[in-house]
Amino acid sequence: MALLEVRNLRTTFQTEDGVVTAVNGLSFSLDAGQTLGIVGESGSGKSVTSLSIMRLIDRPGRIESGEIFFDGRDLLKLRDEEMRHVRGHRIAMIFQDPMTSLNPVLTIGEQIAEVVRLHLGRNHREARETAIEMLRKVRIPSPEKRVDDYPHQFSGGMRQRAMIAMALSCNPQLLIADEPTTALDVTIQAQVLELMNELQRETGAAIILITHDLGVVAETCKDVLVMYGGNMVEYGSARQIFAEPRMPYTQGLLASLPRLDAPANARLTPIPGQPPNLHRMPPGCAFAPRCTYRLERCDEIVPVTDLGHGHLARCWRCTENLQAAGAAR
Amino acid sequence: MSDEKLLEVTDLKKYFPVSAGVFGRHVADVKAVDGVSFTVRKGETLGLVGESGSGKTTIGRLVLKLLEATSGTIRFEGRDISDISARQTRMLRRRMQIIFQDPYGSLNPRMTIGEIVSEPLAIHGIAKGKARQERTVELLRMVGLQSSHLNRYPNEFSGGQRQRVGIARALAVEPQFIVCDEPVSALDVSIQAQVLNLLEDLRERLGLTYLFISHDLSVVRHISTRVAVLYLGKIFEVADRSALYEHPLHPYTQALLAAIPVPNPEVQSAQKRVLLSGDVPTAMAPPSGCRFHPRCPFAFERCSVEEPAMRDVGGGHMVACHAVENGTIQ
Repeated sequence: MALLEVRNLRTTFQTEDGVVTAVNGLSFSLDAGQTLGIVGESGSGKSVTSLSIMRLIDRPGRIESGEIFFDGRDLLKLRDEEMRHVRGHRIAMIFQDPMTSLNPVLTIGEQIAEVVRLHLGRNHREARETAIEMLRKVRIPSPEKRVDDYPHQFSGGMRQRAMIAMALSCNPQLLIADEPTTALDVTIQAQVLELMNELQRETGAAIILITHDLGVVAETCKDVLVMYGGNMVEYGSARQIFAEPRMPYTQGLLASLPRLDAPANARLTPIPGQPPNLHRMPPGCAFAPRCTYRLERCDEIVPVTDLGHGHLARCWRCTENLQAAGAAR
Repeated sequence: MSDEKLLEVTDLKKYFPVSAGVFGRHVADVKAVDGVSFTVRKGETLGLVGESGSGKTTIGRLVLKLLEATSGTIRFEGRDISDISARQTRMLRRRMQIIFQDPYGSLNPRMTIGEIVSEPLAIHGIAKGKARQERTVELLRMVGLQSSHLNRYPNEFSGGQRQRVGIARALAVEPQFIVCDEPVSALDVSIQAQVLNLLEDLRERLGLTYLFISHDLSVVRHISTRVAVLYLGKIFEVADRSALYEHPLHPYTQALLAAIPVPNPEVQSAQKRVLLSGDVPTAMAPPSGCRFHPRCPFAFERCSVEEPAMRDVGGGHMVACHAVENGTIQ
């Protein structure tokens, strides 16, 4: 049985200009120990998905419908205190900006120890020991001293390590990392990604990595879910997504990327047009207005096609060889 | 591209004073830019890459005279502009312009797109009345916007469109030289490619020269003719694009390139990376000798004592590293 199963998730936000549907009927599942990358651009609904799983959607936002089964229970049906027990203990989350997610007036050690005391019922001394142990695990030098530092005394990379230490301190079954390396420099990013990979192998926790960076996904994730306009447009193994993308948006995304393994003077092929305006979503496929291969029926709701071997795409034309069709035009 | 030097920067320094206590005692300096020299030839794009705190943005502002340098000279079109008056600086802005990173913060939300783009025309007295209007429309077209956008406000536009407005504003005075300070970093990938292509087209069409500042090595490789790598206020390596990416010499450049995640899962599994340990030190007290030595896998005694000088290793490939000089790295 899957560890996490999201069915038909719909999360909306009430705004001055009307209701915005940030996540629109998303379904996917995740096995224990799996690493799934959720890729999408701003407004694709990737962060709202993770906040919905954690039930951290606050007004004016609302989870309108859907089910989120975690370890056999629907998280959306749990009472608040039951959910508090799941949050931080069974499912942990790390955010993009470690400075704003750490409390500036508490030491790093106190913040890790708090989680351990709360969820694992350890006493003060034990919790502090665990905090030091966790900091050692994420390779903070001289952890027995740094445990008494405040967040501002840590560098950006160290803060993100401390966040990882905190998230993993209760041995969660699922770790959701929302753009964990976006605020970091590339050499520090490499360190943090390596660390996450290692800890994942060691603890066996499932990971959902949310990012806009396709390179980071290729490096870390076995499976990839591509989101656009609030829903999944393609799902598959990293190899399927990067080598044989079937949805024009995924293809466009890969073609628009300047990459080190392509000829330096190759011209980029951008995706024309602008990202969808969430207030005026297209009726059918959200990508249709920007799509080169658009058909009339793309303006109606497009179902998901199973391409075999776990590869899914939400596109009428995903079985055609579109790049060849495009070249022939 | 000619060999004509459009911009020549020599031993440029910028120290920001740090004060402490009630009397604001001067206690230290942040050496944001600490003795940087480079040239930009007419018609080329010089990419300036570095991580946060490397001083890349400060260099851009110093060149444009948006910041006063602590010492060093800047020559533009053969003329020393290090100590020119405010009036001359204003004249200079007709020749050199800047495109900022944040298309949200750099456009006045109370001005229409038309007002934003035509403002430089008014300030510099370039065009009036109907001519100004026509020129504004022409500028919008140049960057892929339409005349129907003239009376709209920045908040009605997406990030990519706003960045186009920022480009149109920079082009209004018909500059020779544009400092592009992380112009695509705030944009989504699909939009980033649109703006990069636009910048390339404009360079070709208008014969522009760019100083392209970015932390993204893939983007810099794509757009630059030559590339300079910065670390803690110093340039470590300058070379033609192909030399720098295919044959990087400085250990920092090598580590930087190795750290970039490549969007190809097959490559990933095959390749094992050199990871740099440690964090970037503070620019307030940079390490002695070569400031990279505490993190450098090739560091030896001399590196902690003596700062390496820039040397030409052939074909204009300049590198400042003792290990390259003594042949450890080839």
